[in-house]
Amino acid sequence: MGKTVIEKIIQSHTTDEVAPGKIVWMDLDIRSARDFGGPNVVKSYEREYAGLPLADKTKTFFTFDLCAPACTLKYADNQQVCRDFARKNGVEVFDVDSGVGTHVLMEEGLARANGTVVGTDSHMNILGALGVFGQGMGDVDITFAFRTGRTWFEVPDSVKVVLKGTFSKPTSAKDLTLYLLKVLGTKKIALRSAEFTGPAVAGLSLAGRLTLCSMVTEMAGIIGFIPECGPEARREIERYSKTAFSPWAADADAGYAEAIEVDVSSLPPQVAAPPSPTNVRPAAELRGTKIDSGFIGSCTNGRFEDFVEAARLLKGRKVKKGIMLKIVPATRRVYEELLVQGILQELFEAGAIVVNPGCGGCAEGHVGLTGKGEVQISTGNRNFAGKQGKGQTYLASPAVVAASCVLGQIAGPEDL
Amino acid sequence: MNTTSHRGRIWVLTDPSGKLIEDIDTDQIFHNAHLHITEIAEMGPYALGNLEGWKDFPKKAKPGDIIAAGRNFGAGSSRQQAVDCFIALQVGALLAPSFSSIYFRNAVNSGFPILRCGELDSLVAGKKLESGDEVEVDFLSGRGLHLTKKRAFTVEPMSAVQRDIFRQGNLFAFGRSFSR
Repeated sequence: MGKTVIEKIIQSHTTDEVAPGKIVWMDLDIRSARDFGGPNVVKSYEREYAGLPLADKTKTFFTFDLCAPACTLKYADNQQVCRDFARKNGVEVFDVDSGVGTHVLMEEGLARANGTVVGTDSHMNILGALGVFGQGMGDVDITFAFRTGRTWFEVPDSVKVVLKGTFSKPTSAKDLTLYLLKVLGTKKIALRSAEFTGPAVAGLSLAGRLTLCSMVTEMAGIIGFIPECGPEARREIERYSKTAFSPWAADADAGYAEAIEVDVSSLPPQVAAPPSPTNVRPAAELRGTKIDSGFIGSCTNGRFEDFVEAARLLKGRKVKKGIMLKIVPATRRVYEELLVQGILQELFEAGAIVVNPGCGGCAEGHVGLTGKGEVQISTGNRNFAGKQGKGQTYLASPAVVAASCVLGQIAGPEDL
Repeated sequence: MNTTSHRGRIWVLTDPSGKLIEDIDTDQIFHNAHLHITEIAEMGPYALGNLEGWKDFPKKAKPGDIIAAGRNFGAGSSRQQAVDCFIALQVGALLAPSFSSIYFRNAVNSGFPILRCGELDSLVAGKKLESGDEVEVDFLSGRGLHLTKKRAFTVEPMSAVQRDIFRQGNLFAFGRSFSR
């Protein structure tokens, strides 16, 4: 029988026989740790492997994105622990000036199609957007990977998610993603590798591909791939990787545990209400819900085009007085592009707060936190109770967040 | 070397209606406000610190206690602390119908007994398993004994890799024992 995308990638990194349910030992092309998890990795490494070399320092990286730059003494200490270890071992650090680690690994051409990349980020599987088997792991796993360059992995079942129909603006990749969270929940693709197909995803931009693949984590999936790729996304991926983009597709006779059809034609904008990313409703049903703040950024919606979309809607308008709109580009390169093209100025003039690249409020170290009673609308990927503070977080697209911040209540672009 | 069965008092993580809580995420298990902590010994007091109804768990738990939770336990972040906080409290085993992939790996790699138990929902719904009950679980055969209510149940036995890592103590010890 033929192989699915994940089976092909794993098979090319192991001598063990690959089949769903089998546990194999596989080689890891890139292993990384963040300022969260990283210090634990250093501590474990120095305890378990004192004096022993890394398997390959050129394949080992630190990416600081969580508390960037450090705004607590604990994180300042933890980052320095990683820097000291990195200097001692000749490891490159993408420091607090760089941005979200997964995006940096992409932009630096380190995460390449058909490769394997691990790190202490549960959204590492966002790299499925590039045809990379990315996987988030804890610090024990990553310590072991630093030392050995390998890990064990149970080959997951694959599932095909066939999207019927297409949608058009103002509906975006985020709305599609939220709708899939509603339909697939945390059960349908749980612990499986998903392959998304159909015209609704084939034409997605790179930013859109990243948005969809990032939230496979919230669907409880192992990873999501989009084997088809339009010319626009291909150009952008190749701009970073500087090699031809040739992600593997499944064999015609590959075995899937299930094929799921989802009709996404004429899809309207969607919003996930607290306390779960799967608690999704059409944005129109939540219209009028008062908000206190907005957030545009995160690994899910922190690309150039996400901010351009927000700026387009904010042009000639102002963020409503008293509403705090926070803008966090995913990376320094995104920030630079926004700066050079004047987008940051447009966002600033509309009243937004623009800060340096990083993960935003998904962890406690950056902007996007809420106080008790505060209602935030965010382009992030999680709104679990207490995650970003005691307030309530709604998840939406950049367009919906921008429109909501102009009106001070949940709204779609059509309400402006 | 770790022993391959465990007996202890069970805590069934239920909501006020008595239903097993599903999709408990790592921010409910070990909130991101404490991510800077790198010493396992310091993590215990934060276990389940953001899970409504269970915030006092570290005060109630005794070494050797077992935890039973709803499906997709450990969703969310990759933080090892969400496993380590239970190790700090010396929790003896963790049962759920399913776990997030990363969480499950983290527990396996730390040599912490984590076991899938498909029967949990029906056991809890039928009040055949309640907090405070005494149970015994054999990790290799998957045999579960409910000592308080005198009945048997089953869990999915450890896989070969999980068993080997568990026996050695953790992934590091296993790696040293292993020549490939």
